[in-house]
Amino acid sequence: MTTPRTLYDKIWDAHVVVPQEDGASVIYIDRHLVHEVTSPQAFEGLRDAGRKVRRPEATLAVADHNVPTTDRAHGIADDESRIQVETLEQNCKDFGVEYLDMSDIRQGIVHVTGPEQGFTLPGATIVCGDSHTSTHGAFGALAFGIGTSEVEHVLATQTLVAAKSKNMRVNVTGDLPLGVTAKDLALAIIGEIGTAGGTGYVIEYAGDTIEKLSMEGRMTLCNLTIEGGARSGLIAPDQKTFDYVQGRPRAPKAGQWETAVKIWSGLYSDPDAHFDREITLKAEEIAPQVTWGTSPENVLPITGVVPNPADVADANRRAAMERALQYMGIEAGAPLTSLKVDRVFIGSCTNGRIEDLRAAAAIAKGRKVASHVGAMVVPGSGLVKEQAEAEGLDKIFIEAGFEWREPGCSMCLAMNADKLKPGERCASTSNRNFEGRQGRGGRTHLVSPGMAVAAAVSGHLADVRDYQ
Amino acid sequence: MEKFDKLTGVAAPLNLINIDTDMIIPKQFLKTIKRSGLGVHLFDEMRYDDDGQEIADFVLNKPQYRDAKILVAGDNFGCGSSREHAPWAIADFGIRCVIAPSFADIFYNNCFKNGILPIALPQDQVDLLMDDAARGANAILEIDLEAQTIKGPDGGTISFEIDPFRKHCLLNGLDEVGLTLQQEDKITQFEAARENAQPWL
Ligand code: SF4
Repeated sequence: MTTPRTLYDKIWDAHVVVPQEDGASVIYIDRHLVHEVTSPQAFEGLRDAGRKVRRPEATLAVADHNVPTTDRAHGIADDESRIQVETLEQNCKDFGVEYLDMSDIRQGIVHVTGPEQGFTLPGATIVCGDSHTSTHGAFGALAFGIGTSEVEHVLATQTLVAAKSKNMRVNVTGDLPLGVTAKDLALAIIGEIGTAGGTGYVIEYAGDTIEKLSMEGRMTLCNLTIEGGARSGLIAPDQKTFDYVQGRPRAPKAGQWETAVKIWSGLYSDPDAHFDREITLKAEEIAPQVTWGTSPENVLPITGVVPNPADVADANRRAAMERALQYMGIEAGAPLTSLKVDRVFIGSCTNGRIEDLRAAAAIAKGRKVASHVGAMVVPGSGLVKEQAEAEGLDKIFIEAGFEWREPGCSMCLAMNADKLKPGERCASTSNRNFEGRQGRGGRTHLVSPGMAVAAAVSGHLADVRDYQ
Repeated sequence: MEKFDKLTGVAAPLNLINIDTDMIIPKQFLKTIKRSGLGVHLFDEMRYDDDGQEIADFVLNKPQYRDAKILVAGDNFGCGSSREHAPWAIADFGIRCVIAPSFADIFYNNCFKNGILPIALPQDQVDLLMDDAARGANAILEIDLEAQTIKGPDGGTISFEIDPFRKHCLLNGLDEVGLTLQQEDKITQFEAARENAQPWL
């Protein structure tokens, strides 16, 4: 009898090129996504060493971090941003890699584009010089972020030298209450394990709640895995996964499709497989979440109050909390719903897909953004934007007073012109509330798309359940 | 890559937990297409005020720590993005070793590619080194990678763990791409088998 294996074990085993008992094995990488920020030095390294891209056809490049979300007819105004995007385009030309440029309808955030194009496939190993590559684990792919030196390594060798992680399983059972989304679930999990709780692990999400999530919800959940410290999140592929993938431009074609589905159907954790750590959550107990501090683990139900550092025993944690409250400009004991917001951002690789926009539009419909709030919606890709417009969502947003923008990373990390001013408070559907993330001195509260709209229309952090 | 065998230098204390990559190097400096020159922007938002002037009480601005070669920090150092600009900035500043109770995985990996030694130690040992580091220019630590030891200013020695392959690469300043390409025939074989079984990949 063979030893029972986890989903992660199975994908890992299928990709080992040169095994190593302890330490670093050479593992094969099936798919490589590339964007402009973390790749220029990697291509430069190849050039300096006279090396080629080993499998250009397994590599897909798109500019997303630096692109403007306003009219693009005149290109990129900021010189450095423009040079970075042009450098990517030139590198792709020189090395024969497919590049989706700013005017291409398929252009978007790498983690939205990859799945849309069927580039993301179950059972594959997928990397990108971007920590939110964990998103693609929603398809049962082993997907993780790498640094630029590793980008160069993958470009040159189509492999990585990596040590195997430990296995963790997060079980979630029951139905998520009305107004509670995959985003809230992910934040609640991070609140439970902490931002370093997943360090050294690959997390598999399982249980009937996960099975009931849509593919987009699964992507949101896996996307936020890195904020819990784990490089990869995984969900066993099922019929929903196959239905999502089938017919996409880079998915297996008829003739190969049946074989692929047969192989993918074996991608699950065996019943007795060993997990080094396991936690269980009840979906019914989760309320809409909001972060109050400067780390994603600083999260509470919207019905809560700003916590008090005096209640924290550990000196380092207390100091971190005091610093966070000061940075965020909030006082212990204040109800979270009392915090007035200046800006609202809906978008990012976490919550910039069509379902996210539908959920946001459902709350925004017939309401108005509060007069002191600047709110914007940035679709995750050109195709998401097109679909949203076909459904009339853009009109709903515009009528409610939101700005409707071109796709890209935008104010998720504020590398382009979209950013917070010092002291501005923002309800954001993105993934990081670090100091300065959305602009120097900016204050970020992470929420779901529905919660972001509730904040926009009420002018303060608000409970989406009051707006259903 | 620069070799790492022994390092003797001033250790700077940065006693914060969850120091994320946005703190280490904010995004406005990620627009570069080069690896070099990021040292002046290391910890930019903690180090400089809104007018770009140095903030006097930030540790790396204090005279005794301006040439620090070692950083002692809190739990979960380097969490956040995969940006290798973080270790590039650290190395460019002149810091070749970071000591903390734990590191985020991607950052930890990235250090080794840039000749930086990240050392994870139990909290109580980090606390001791943090106290040592607080002594300013007298806070000289001696790190010996071969022996896997840290010697403090009072002569006490702490041992640390490190993966043997990474140690080997650091000690010899090896080019990993070159190393992997020595196994190219195995990669080619793997690809051939895969092409057969799963041609869509
Ligand atoms: S949307 Fe934000 S988190 Fe996602 S890839 Fe872009 S910058 Fe990174």
